[in-house]
Formats: sequence, structure tokens, C-alpha cells
Amino acid sequence: MQKRSQTLASQQRRQLIKGSAAAVGLASIGLPGISLAQNNPIRIGMPTILSGRVAMLGEASRNAAIMGVEMFNAAGGLNGRPVELIIRDSKGRPDEAARIARELVNSDGCEMILDAEASSGAFGVHEVARDLGFLVIHTCSETSALTADPKMRIPNGFRSARQGVHDAIVGGDYAGRVAKEQGLNRWMSVSPDYSYGLDTTAEFFEYLQYFNKDIEVVNSVWPKLFQADYSEPITRLLQGKPQAIYSCLWGGDLTSFIDQASIYGLMNGRQFFGVNMADYAVLSAIKSVPPNIHSGNRYLKSIPKTKENAAWCDAYVAKFDTMPLNWSWQNAVGIDFMLKAIKQTNGTDTKKMSEALAGMTIDSPFGTDGKITMRESDHTIVDYAIAWGDLQPKEPYMSDPYMGNWQTVFRLEQEWMKNKGYIS
Amino acid sequence: MVNALTTQIFLTIPLSFGSPAEKILDSEALLECVTSVSCLVTQTSTGLIVGSLLFLVATGLTLIFGVLGIVNFAHGSLYMLGAYIALSAFRLTDSFIIATAAGALGVGLFSLFFERFFMRRVYGADVLMQLLVCYAFILILDDAVKIIWGSEFQSMGMPAFFQEPPVFLAGGVIPVFYIYLIGIAAAMAIGLWILLNKTKIGKIVRAAAVNPSMTSALGLNTSLIFAGVFAFGGALAGLAGALAAPVRSMSPGMGFSVLIESFIVTVIGGMGSVSGALVGALIIGLIRSFGSIGFPYFIEGVMFITMAAILVLKPSGIMGKETR
Repeated sequence: MQKRSQTLASQQRRQLIKGSAAAVGLASIGLPGISLAQNNPIRIGMPTILSGRVAMLGEASRNAAIMGVEMFNAAGGLNGRPVELIIRDSKGRPDEAARIARELVNSDGCEMILDAEASSGAFGVHEVARDLGFLVIHTCSETSALTADPKMRIPNGFRSARQGVHDAIVGGDYAGRVAKEQGLNRWMSVSPDYSYGLDTTAEFFEYLQYFNKDIEVVNSVWPKLFQADYSEPITRLLQGKPQAIYSCLWGGDLTSFIDQASIYGLMNGRQFFGVNMADYAVLSAIKSVPPNIHSGNRYLKSIPKTKENAAWCDAYVAKFDTMPLNWSWQNAVGIDFMLKAIKQTNGTDTKKMSEALAGMTIDSPFGTDGKITMRESDHTIVDYAIAWGDLQPKEPYMSDPYMGNWQTVFRLEQEWMKNKGYIS
Repeated sequence: MVNALTTQIFLTIPLSFGSPAEKILDSEALLECVTSVSCLVTQTSTGLIVGSLLFLVATGLTLIFGVLGIVNFAHGSLYMLGAYIALSAFRLTDSFIIATAAGALGVGLFSLFFERFFMRRVYGADVLMQLLVCYAFILILDDAVKIIWGSEFQSMGMPAFFQEPPVFLAGGVIPVFYIYLIGIAAAMAIGLWILLNKTKIGKIVRAAAVNPSMTSALGLNTSLIFAGVFAFGGALAGLAGALAAPVRSMSPGMGFSVLIESFIVTVIGGMGSVSGALVGALIIGLIRSFGSIGFPYFIEGVMFITMAAILVLKPSGIMGKETR
């Protein structure tokens, strides 16, 4: 009997030792598991266009985002957690952009999206964000309706790109003054025949005529996007005999148009207002900037004329051996906002980040006064540097820019939103 | 490719303001133009300019189809390659003549390689297989161009020789560079006609096009003939790209838009007919130039309606041969 009780006790002791060892073992497995989660990178998905005719949009966007992420990680990330960009090529197809956004979140472990798609893709990604509820910052779409239209607004959607209506107000103000000084009353336009071209041209002339009642728009020409030959639009413009021409052609289309217009002598004795001229991609492609060209600043190292902007530009060039473009600064701002929201909320919770972003102000080399704000009412950026001026053939390309007045922009933007029915 | 086609179709939708009739026809402007000498001169020369480049691209396409019986869907990419090769040659030599020759020869050599190792394997195969091979090369060439020359668009700029004020003719404006372009296209048209109709080589090529097996049975190397025709057709596309380089910016994927228009020209003129390509190119050029006055929002529509009308009246195209 005594022997049996000793055996039982011995067995219980062994079980106790085994159980304790197992408990310690489980605990020790659990602890590294928690540490691993803390060191897992924060994944940010980035659908963009990296092939086809607009590939440079994606490359310029990606470069700037990479710069921002590397700086954040070098400073320690979020409590040791680095950020990882997962970049995918949508090939310029809106359906593909939407599919990629969904896949990045559902399958690739991305917790938020930095959407560097053109407008058609951005609207698709926006709807996916509405459906799945992840945080999205659109960095390339300039179509005002994306954030201005209340039907489009979602608490988790933001924009860090310039807006067409902002450019139109400043452009109209500047062009109205030049038109008054030089007696330019007869205008025509040549812009690409798609939503961006139609909307931007209409907005520009609306504000041009607001600032100068003597303006008469005699005709408009609408070449197709990526149209190779501009002979017939140019001859149409020649026959219209305008004193000034407005255009929101961009990129290679603008370069082709300028090259072809030059051999026709279209710019002789006329003023040309091209909102997208002051972009390094266009300026480097056109061998010499013709006279009588005015432009808005897409991105120039000299606007704003601050050492922070110059330093950012130099760092970009040193890293990527190419000049930054408009899409570059917009993505730099977008990733800055996103990373600041991560830091501020100490995590990646969409609701908390969205609340932090609405109304957030960041220090930025691209701000009018060194700061850019994500406006609370419609989740779009304001106070970024907008300027117009006449172009020179070399750096700084715009030596005497007319800087946009944001108080004027806000006032007229409110009226525009009322006219559109976006606000009452 | 499908998405680009969808984009093309989408972009033909007219603007949403003005009445439907105003959107389609501006008869007043058209009448004013045709009764004005200066407008007639300008628009006609514009039509010739647009048509000339189209002819150079479409000729190669129709030649390849006429002799080899295949549709070279990669033809637009050959045009793109010609433009980029010309750009590099111009940057090295500062000579537009050398650049043009380099564009044509370079693409001719590439076309030889393409035909010898890839297209030859799909002669007689289903057209979908041929399309697949061509589409693969469209993607490969687009990426190759991006890797070699970069994704940013490039511009050659106007060579110094052509930097002259435009010529004024009866009030119309014609740039000097375009006068040369029209001249080159005219010379090519005449030269090709002589080559195909008045030379032994042309006779052999036509024979191979009509009956390759009999041609082979007579001891002629049809493989060599086919390779030569493909290379020559490709060289013509390369030449067109090189000639367009001073006035058109270059970017990966630029060949697609010119491919669509050259198909329209080839179909209108008649597949396999070089003279048909000339007529088709001129028709399209004039539709574009006068259409920009009379149908400013419906030019693409008029082009496709014209194509449809011609095909209804003559399914083989204006100068195409009827098939039995």
C-alpha cells in the first residue's frame, strides 16, 4: 500500500513538472510571437502606372514615396517597425487599379493605400476603399469632384494632389492681369478631349472671364489624348486668329504640340498659356522654350524659393538621377501625411488615422508658407504653392512668379462649390 | 491593347454641351473654308502632311500582308523603334540624314530577325496565333524601349536645316519640314511603284504573293523573298518613325495610335495594295484636315463611317483585288 501511494505521488510530481515545463515552454513561445508582431513591417500598398505611355507618372510617384519611407525608417520607423511599400503596376487600366487595390489589402497584408493612379483609376480605387474601409490617400488625381463632390466623400479617403479648380482660379487671376496689360481679348483653347481637358479648360475660362470681363473665347479645339499629329488643330487655331491660346495638354502631347506649332509659327505674335508647361519633363524635352509662353508651376525647384524645396529636389536628383515632376511632390506630401498619421496615432488603425488626418497640418517644402494642411471639410490639401508666370529657357524657368493668394482661392472655391451644388 | 482600344472608342464621344447638330456639323465654318483660297491651301496641305506619314507606315503593313498574307500587328512598334533609333543616331551625329537612314536600316534588320525566328513559324497558322506573337513583341519592344531610353517622353527637336519660317502660299501656311516630308512620301510612292511593276525583283515579289508554291517550284527561294519583304516593310515603318521624330514626342507605347490609323488606311485602300494605301492615306488625311473645320467633334466618327461606306460598296477596298 505504501509502495502504491509512493508511486502515485511520484507520478503526480512528474505530471506537475511536465505541466510546469509545458507552461513555461508555451509562455516562452508566446513572448517571441508578440515581439515578432511588433517588428512586422507596416505595409502600404501603392497601385500606380509603371508601363505604357504614362509610365513616368508611376516612376515619379514611386520615387518620391520611396524617399519618404526611407527617411521614416531611418529615423526608427514606428517604435522599431519599418514601413514597407508594396508597389503594383495597373498599366493605366482603371479596372486593374481597382483589382490591385483590393488584392493589396485582402491578400498582400497592406493596411492602407497610397493611390498614385490617374483620375480614372483613382475613382475606381476610391470605391474599393469605400467598400473595404481601408485608408486611402490619392496622390495624382486632380479632378476636383473626387473630393469636392459630397457623394464621393468617405471618412477614410483623402487627396494630396493639387486640384483643378485651385489652378483655374490662380491661372484665371494671372491670365486676366496679363490680358488686361497686353489687350488680349480674343482667346482660343486647345486641350485634350477627355474629362480632365474639358473640365480644366472650362474652369480656366470661367475664372479668366471673372477676372477680366473683356475676354471673348472664340473657339476651342479638342485633339484626342495621345494624338500624334496636331496639324489640323494648329491650322484651326491659325484660322481663328486668337491673340492668346490656353491649353492643358500635358507631357508628350504638349511637347509634340509645341514642336509642331513652332514650325507653323503659331506662337508668333501670340501669347500661349499652358498650365502644364513648367514641368521638368516638358522643359527638358523641348530643346528651347519659345517666347510668349506662360505656365502654372507643376513642379519647379524655385517655387517656392526656399532652401527646403531646393534640398528636397537635390536629394531626389542625387538618388534617382532625374528631376522630380508634379507627381513627385504630390506623392511626397501624401506619404508624409500618412506617416505622420501613423506616428501620431501610434498605430495603423484606419479610424484613428482618418480622424488624425482630417485637419492635419504638416511642415512641407511645397507649402506656400512651409506648411500644407489636409482640409477637414473635404479631405483635400490646401496652402500648397501655386504660381503662374512667363517662362524662360533655363533655370529657374520662372524668375518672377505670380504666387496664388489662398484667401482668394478659398472665396471663389466656395462660390464654385455652391454653383455645382456641392454645398448649399 | 484592349484597354487602349477601349480608351480610343471612349475618347470619340463628343462634348456634352451644344445641340447634337452643332456637335456633329459646323457647315458655316466648312463653307467659309472651301470658299477661301488661304484656308483651302492650308487644309489641303495639312491633309497631304497627315496622309504622307500615314502612307509611309501603311505601305509597309499592306506590303507585308499582300505578299506574306499576315497582318503584322507589331507594325506600330516598328514605327516606334525607328523613331528611337533615329533619336539616338541624331544625338550622336547631329545629322538628320544619318538618323533617318539609321532608323530605317535598324528596323529593317530587326524585322529580318523577327521574321526569321518568330513570324516564319506562324505563317499559315490561325490569325489568333499570329496576333499573339505580334502582341508579345509589342510588349517586349515597349519594355525594351523603356529600359534603353527611359519611360520619360523624348523629343528630337527640329534639325537646324529645317528651322526656317513657314512658306506662305496664297495666304496658306506650309512649314518647310513638311514640304520635305510630302516630297519624300511622293518619291517613295513612285519608287515603290517602279520597283514592284517595272523591275525583276518586283516581278518576283508579285509572283511569290500570287502563288508562292509555284514560285518555289521554279527555283526561287521564297523564304528569302518573304524575309526580304518583311524586312523592307519593317524598314518603311522605321523610316516613317524617323521622319516623324522631329515633330512628335516619343514614349514607350507610342506605336499603338499609328497602328490603328494605318489599319484604317490599309483597309480603305485595299489590303495588299500599295497604290491603295496611298489613296487611303490621302482620304484619311483630307478627312482629318477638313473634318477639323466641318466636323470638329466627330472626325473619328467620319473616318470610321467613310471606312464602313467604302467596305459596303467595295469590300476589298478601293484598289484591293476581289477575292473569289
